Amino acid sequence: MEATIEEITKALDSERTPLISVLHAVQAELGYLSTEGLKIVAKKLDIPLSKVYGVATFYTLLDTEEKGENVIRLCESAPCHIKGATNILTELQDKLDIDVGETTDDNKFSLEMTSCLGICAVAPAIMINGTVYGNLTSKKLDSILDRY
Amino acid sequence: MRNCGHIDPENIKDYITRDGYQALGTVVTELKPIEVIEIIEQSGLRGRGGAGFPTGLKWKFTHQAAGKEKYVVANADEGEPGTSKDRLIMEGDPHSLLEAMAIAGYAIGANTGYIYIRGEYQLAIKRLKIAIAQAKEMGLLGENLFDSGFNFEIKIREGAGAYVCGEETALLKSIEGERGEPQVKPPYPTNEGLWGQPTLINNVETLANIAVIIREGAEWFNEIGTEGCPGTKVFTLSGDVENEGIIELPMGTPLRRIIEGFGGGMVDDKEFKVAQSGGSSGGCMPKELLDTPMDYDSLAEIGMTLGSGALLVMDETHCIVDIAKCLMQFFKHESCGKCVPCREGNKRLYNRLDKISKGEGELEDLERLRDLADTMSKTALCGLGQMAPTSIYTTLKYFKDEYLTHIEDNNCTTGSCRGLVDLEVQDKRGGKDYGNNN
Repeated sequence: MEATIEEITKALDSERTPLISVLHAVQAELGYLSTEGLKIVAKKLDIPLSKVYGVATFYTLLDTEEKGENVIRLCESAPCHIKGATNILTELQDKLDIDVGETTDDNKFSLEMTSCLGICAVAPAIMINGTVYGNLTSKKLDSILDRY
Repeated sequence: MRNCGHIDPENIKDYITRDGYQALGTVVTELKPIEVIEIIEQSGLRGRGGAGFPTGLKWKFTHQAAGKEKYVVANADEGEPGTSKDRLIMEGDPHSLLEAMAIAGYAIGANTGYIYIRGEYQLAIKRLKIAIAQAKEMGLLGENLFDSGFNFEIKIREGAGAYVCGEETALLKSIEGERGEPQVKPPYPTNEGLWGQPTLINNVETLANIAVIIREGAEWFNEIGTEGCPGTKVFTLSGDVENEGIIELPMGTPLRRIIEGFGGGMVDDKEFKVAQSGGSSGGCMPKELLDTPMDYDSLAEIGMTLGSGALLVMDETHCIVDIAKCLMQFFKHESCGKCVPCREGNKRLYNRLDKISKGEGELEDLERLRDLADTMSKTALCGLGQMAPTSIYTTLKYFKDEYLTHIEDNNCTTGSCRGLVDLEVQDKRGGKDYGNNN
């Protein structure tokens, strides 16, 4: 882990304040930002651990807890809400048998809420990892989940 | 958006064929920085991020400010719910943003630009990276542009999921690798911005207007739109209209024309109920305001906002209390927690609305909602907390009856408030134990 993080901090060496870029890269490489990982980042960048932790927990796209293999983010903003996002949430909770913020027993999916994904013309929408899916219906949801 | 859909955004030659980078060439070889600023001032362009501040003036302030180094920052942290105009501009015409940033850099005296973009916009990030690499290769970014001795480079910084980072001082904190918390103004970023240096922050749509203003002239731009708000506005139309999507129209186009003309009217010919203009921090416009011209000044006069140009249209099947509750849920989550009026205010607004939506509301709650809204709009540190109660103000003004129905009659006529709807399952097969035998 230390070698990976060192490589990341070195690559971003030319940036004046690289903390958030480093955290993005560490998460992409190691899956999430563990306490151990944050300690190494703090050491390599010579920044107090309290600040590194403060930043890592401020932003919703940075995870300080281990997530499932795939993270489902359901849009909860008004345009999706009026197109039935609440029903999609209930469907997801039923299908995966988990609540928001939880991970399935087989570690396959985590369920999170997110603010507007910027694809309101196809509301309601979800984002799984980096991919967005719109115009959701119960049936469509099944076929989407099957792909993972 | 003149080039969106007409060019291959991953091929710089397509952009150049449509007069791309011509304005940058003219600016750095023929005009003095102050002359560029004068053109932008004369054009009357106002910031498209929401506040509508005169762009030329912002450029002038940054130009005049003293600093070791200056920066241009493109605010591409488009987080306002119901808005996706900047995403489309960056995905469809990325070079228009890069060219404008270089022009702005020359005008204010900066050699470095940052694009602060939402982490969720992966396709836009990819296309911007390609665009920057191609522009560098052709010598349109980098050193000694058009043999003028002017250098300009652009870097991308990805946000990490925080609505508040669209606020300019919070955005700068985020680039500086800190928690994205807004700062007290003044000092304004034009004097003390990124790393304490003078910084020009413009919205993506604002910047997308720059090159065309330089090419066609301030007068040409003045002829579009209204007198106080020249030019076009990109609207993101969503909700219960036939055609949802993104449209660019002259400033001052009436709301009715946008919904009926471009939106193709309401889905299934249902009755129009309300349109929220400007995203979650915007006001809710009832039927009687359908003929309002959509520009900064006309909307400000009636206590509404143009904001980011988001238009969420809703029909008669939606409940006002339920919508207001959904909006407060959003602000409760997105408040950064730095100042008390916003951190506590949004939570309490939500709790009151939740109470009303469950049929437990009292008349006094409406007074409390208004009190809280007043306190927040007057005392919150940044735009997030100040604008969060806009929907409360406007719905209490135009849809008070609906709040009263929830409070006095314990009834949600649209059936949206789940706590107020009694569902009775009628078993058509008649078997008493149907549910248990499944």
